[in-house]
Amino acid sequence: MHHMAKFLATCVVMQMACFQYAWADVALTIAYLRVEQPRPPTLSNLDAVPDDIGLAGARTGLDDNITTGRFLGHGYTLTEATVAPSEDPLAGASRLLAQTPFLIVDAAADVMLAIADLPQAQGAVVFNVAAGDTALRDGDCRANLLHALPSDAMRTDALAQVLVQKRWTDLVMVTGTHPQDLAYAAAMRRSLTKFGLTLSAEKPWVFDADMRRNASQEVPLFTQGFGDYDALIVADELGDFGRYLLYNTWAARPVVGSEGLAALTWSPVIEQWGAAQLQGRFTDRHGRAMQSRDYAAWAAVRTLGEAVTRTNAVDAPSLRGYILSEAFELAGFKGRPLTYRAWNGQLRQPISLAHPRALVAQAPLEGFLHQTNELDTLGLDRPESRCKDFE
Amino acid sequence: MRLNAILALVMLAPAAQAGEIWVTNEKDDTLSVIDTDTLEVVRTYPTGERPRGITFSHDYSRVYICASDSDAVQVMDPATGEILYNLPSGEDPEQFVLHPDDRHLYIANEDDAITTVVDVETRKVVAQIDVGVEPEGMAVSADGKIVITTSETTNMAHWIDTATNALFANTLVDSRPRHAEFTKADKELWVSSEIGGTVTVFDTATQAEIAKIVFEVKGVHPDRVQPVGFEFTPDGRTVFVALGPSNHVAVVNADTYQVEEYILVGRRVWHMAFNGDHSRLFTTNGVSGDVTVIDVAKRRAIKSIKVGRFPWGAAYRP
Repeated sequence: MHHMAKFLATCVVMQMACFQYAWADVALTIAYLRVEQPRPPTLSNLDAVPDDIGLAGARTGLDDNITTGRFLGHGYTLTEATVAPSEDPLAGASRLLAQTPFLIVDAAADVMLAIADLPQAQGAVVFNVAAGDTALRDGDCRANLLHALPSDAMRTDALAQVLVQKRWTDLVMVTGTHPQDLAYAAAMRRSLTKFGLTLSAEKPWVFDADMRRNASQEVPLFTQGFGDYDALIVADELGDFGRYLLYNTWAARPVVGSEGLAALTWSPVIEQWGAAQLQGRFTDRHGRAMQSRDYAAWAAVRTLGEAVTRTNAVDAPSLRGYILSEAFELAGFKGRPLTYRAWNGQLRQPISLAHPRALVAQAPLEGFLHQTNELDTLGLDRPESRCKDFE
Repeated sequence: MRLNAILALVMLAPAAQAGEIWVTNEKDDTLSVIDTDTLEVVRTYPTGERPRGITFSHDYSRVYICASDSDAVQVMDPATGEILYNLPSGEDPEQFVLHPDDRHLYIANEDDAITTVVDVETRKVVAQIDVGVEPEGMAVSADGKIVITTSETTNMAHWIDTATNALFANTLVDSRPRHAEFTKADKELWVSSEIGGTVTVFDTATQAEIAKIVFEVKGVHPDRVQPVGFEFTPDGRTVFVALGPSNHVAVVNADTYQVEEYILVGRRVWHMAFNGDHSRLFTTNGVSGDVTVIDVAKRRAIKSIKVGRFPWGAAYRP
């Protein structure tokens, strides 16, 4: 509403031919559901988790859609809802689906699936912007569920490509105990096998001490038993202990994975491919840096915007059909057009390998070839995915 | 033997078209000036932050520079390299075009989704026009009646009537349009789409699409073939198109819209400028930090010239 008012005011001031931009001949409502997940405590309190993570990306995507739509008579609105851990996420999803079939969901994988299986969600277009679980792109896929967030497998494949390129072929891994850590470690093992790398040892992180005080004593001992290796992988997706491994390992070896050199959907250090503009636009509006979940939500909203722009349609079957077609492409500030995998609804995208200060590489790396699209060297390729719902 | 001697004399004689190519170095905050005969950098001048678009006034007495991160268009005396003053430009000016009246600059403000019109004599903003997200490519028709802004995220060419400074048409193109040029006595408008990998040709009178050019570089995935800057030969028959990270420049027949050849140049080729007699073309290669010199007749690269970090724009000065 605010934008419409601003737009009309602009018309008057500029004496523009406003009839050309007749508001919302075509109008799309996008719903955004955030299902709050309890966060386990972490050793360090340094990382503030923004309240609007994900949602902020959707809002920036909406701004982009509105700016584009005003030249075409296309209007967009975003309906936002948050469900507390004590509340029923399915009731919240049902309420939103009664308003629109276009629903973006920030929730854990089990909730994501339950929402996709709601009777009201049949024929809807649901976007996953929070669950990296590879199973959702595999046997647990749903025809009405598209994934703007990369799968864990896409990220671990990206990291494996860097390990191959650097000839860091002998790896060890330290794994946290949270489900997200275990899922990441499982994806990592799969990627190491896929790219012919060796995991010579693995240790779970079971310490409950406060590593801010004694990491320098504990970690060398903890990693001494690994002997020699090329790089240490850490599976610590919640940012609990991984940061204390860097520069504290017994052997002087790089740390990669959830800390150190990480494979990321998005990072504030990405500035190539026009990304500086998106970063600037996001930071100006939200007062913080753009994170991976923000990017996924931005991409979901822009996916719908791009489909409406090109088709003039707002019904779910038309937009879904266009999004999954070869005609669709999204300019996502990653240097290549982003498209959706027709076999499991995953948004194809390059993955950044970065540390907190700079981008190191972008996968797919040169030399990792594919018969149709190099981006499909990341994550579940058509023959690998057991997803049948998209056939 | 005698013929050779004459040839040698001809080659030694100062070329009639002696001149310079001025290159903006986006990540060095400098300009590199290349001598078009010796093919060497002869001067380097400091500029404002993140210089990108560059163009000369018609009499070459002024050079205008988009200093994007300084939020200014800088006006430099090309004889001395001295920055004379800044023009108001709106935020984050990326690219601009000088109207044939030599007086009005149309500037794309990338962060603000605005095209700003500045009078270079009064140094005042004449108009600001709302356009799509991340405006970049700018073109003006030879008759001065139409200015084009392309917007990278909105994926449109916005058609501005210069008499009213209002939009009269918006035409969709493929993803991430970067550059636009009028050609064939304003009958056609060409727009490159970086991520779409195409160049779209519009009929100016109807704003209808009449052709779309697709590029295929052997051994390079189509996703990495990304058309950006392009320039027409003076006869309008041939156009050279920079293809970004494919590290090639395409030579396109402007009458048939067919690609005739691909020329290997430096990495992430971006914009370009001809020398005075159009016998040589100078391309900016962002990632390799150099400028490739192309022999236009032979259609091959003859030299790379090291410049500053991330060369972006290029303009010719006699």
